[in-house]
Amino acid sequence: MTTLAYDVAAIRADFPILSRTVNGKPLAYLDSAASSQRPRAVLEAVEYYETNLHSNVHRGVHTLSQLATDAFEGARDRVRRYLNAASTREVVFTRGATEGINLVAQAWGRSHLQRGDEILISAMEHHANIVPWQLISETTGAKLVVVPINDRGELDFEAYLTLLSSRTKLVAMTHVSNALGTVLPIARIVAEARARGITTLVDGAQAIAHEAVDVQALGCDFYVFSGHKLYAPTGTGVLYGREALLNAMPPWQGGGDMIRTVSFEKSTWNELPYKFEAGTPNISGVIGLAAAMDYVESLGLDHIAAHERSLLTEATAAISAIPGIRIHGTAEHKAGVLSFTLEGVHPHDLGTILDHEGVAIRAGHHCAMPLMDLLGVPATARASFGCYSTLAEVRQLINAVQKAREVFA
Amino acid sequence: MELQDLYREVILDHNKRPRNFGRLDPHDALANGHNPLCGDRLTITLNLDGQRIDDVKFEGNGCAISVASASMMTEAIKGKERSEVNALFDKVHALLTQQDAPADDLGKLAALSGVREFPARVKCASLCWHTLNAALADADNASPISTE
Repeated sequence: MTTLAYDVAAIRADFPILSRTVNGKPLAYLDSAASSQRPRAVLEAVEYYETNLHSNVHRGVHTLSQLATDAFEGARDRVRRYLNAASTREVVFTRGATEGINLVAQAWGRSHLQRGDEILISAMEHHANIVPWQLISETTGAKLVVVPINDRGELDFEAYLTLLSSRTKLVAMTHVSNALGTVLPIARIVAEARARGITTLVDGAQAIAHEAVDVQALGCDFYVFSGHKLYAPTGTGVLYGREALLNAMPPWQGGGDMIRTVSFEKSTWNELPYKFEAGTPNISGVIGLAAAMDYVESLGLDHIAAHERSLLTEATAAISAIPGIRIHGTAEHKAGVLSFTLEGVHPHDLGTILDHEGVAIRAGHHCAMPLMDLLGVPATARASFGCYSTLAEVRQLINAVQKAREVFA
Repeated sequence: MELQDLYREVILDHNKRPRNFGRLDPHDALANGHNPLCGDRLTITLNLDGQRIDDVKFEGNGCAISVASASMMTEAIKGKERSEVNALFDKVHALLTQQDAPADDLGKLAALSGVREFPARVKCASLCWHTLNAALADADNASPISTE
């Protein structure tokens, strides 16, 4: 059970949207793995910035431009501390995890990959950690190699070790599976790659809100995540990159802010991290991201994780007791994600019936079509938890699943 | 908006026991339909007798709405002229998307009227009709061009 220190009612009061109703029922928002909700602290930080500080950043000498730049760069340092990166030069703002991976695939991949090189991913990657590598493989002749998973949805570590070879140039793996909830042994994965001199990228989209990430301790070369899964606005994200690697990479997009000098003959590039931030960034969103990090750390990531784990345990037990339920992803180490199917009821119908009962879940392929093929299902229903999720919402979910069984009886 | 409006008896019945389920072999035309949002997939095969749909079958998997819609569609179009099928398509499309669309002469297909209250599900119900159109286009492409 949750500790006394964790006051979920007080936390819920911080999230205005959670008090609304859906279809006449209290909202049970169990779709935080798709996108989390925003606490008032984030909404207020964004509003304060837009109301008092806004101007373009890194340009102009007027007061607002300086205030906006200070706030934006302050947010960058907030992210650096959250990740324990060595320097703010290693913190590149993006639109999200997807853009971070595409940036690495294009800028690093174009300058480092050759015909015959291999990129190792797992069988449970999100499309965002598959397709960018396919695109760069088409132009460089590199090859995507997939590490299999076992029946429980865990990475086959022995197979991983076997597949690591002199041809492997990059290991790009998810930290936590969005479709199954599996927490990968990412430190061991990175360590094995590093020992062989292989570059590593970690997709932290699903991990960032659920466990403390220390990129220096982890030792990865790149770590990406999205702000909106960490209670921050959409359109924000971070690419952490080891400084030496970022320095050696050519720019990705060209435009304002990423250059030092431009002439019609030739341009030179700005220093890190600005070399990778062409155009005006999502300033208010990034300021919201910094506020979200303050908020999450005020709750304590360990406490959030313990709370979500207890909900997952309760939900798994309760849903398993319903006849016809099959849980997809039964790894020993799981984050707050419960993926399931109900015999005789398509996940899409389940999603509609649950919504009618006020329960918001994801029904679909979770942007992981190859994984769905492996599981032998077209789609699954997925309930996922955040810092504000409650046992009452879990009960609402269970009752709604029972209702779906009745409709399709 | 009530669940019973969406999951009417006739829809649940066609989902459980889809009619004309399978594949015609040989067939005059075939088309695959896919809704990537929810993973619904279906294949329609049909045989024509001139401009008349002589026989039609579908197979695949999907949600109750898409399976029932495909099942009821095959029942409704079998033996009909293509011009009648086109008119039916327009009526069903209106039924799925317009609040005041009439359903009186649609027979069983009228059961789909509840879908319009659930906008996320309209594509599930219309997938089979779009696939049917693709199959008919396939038939046109496959038929030998007459110089007469």
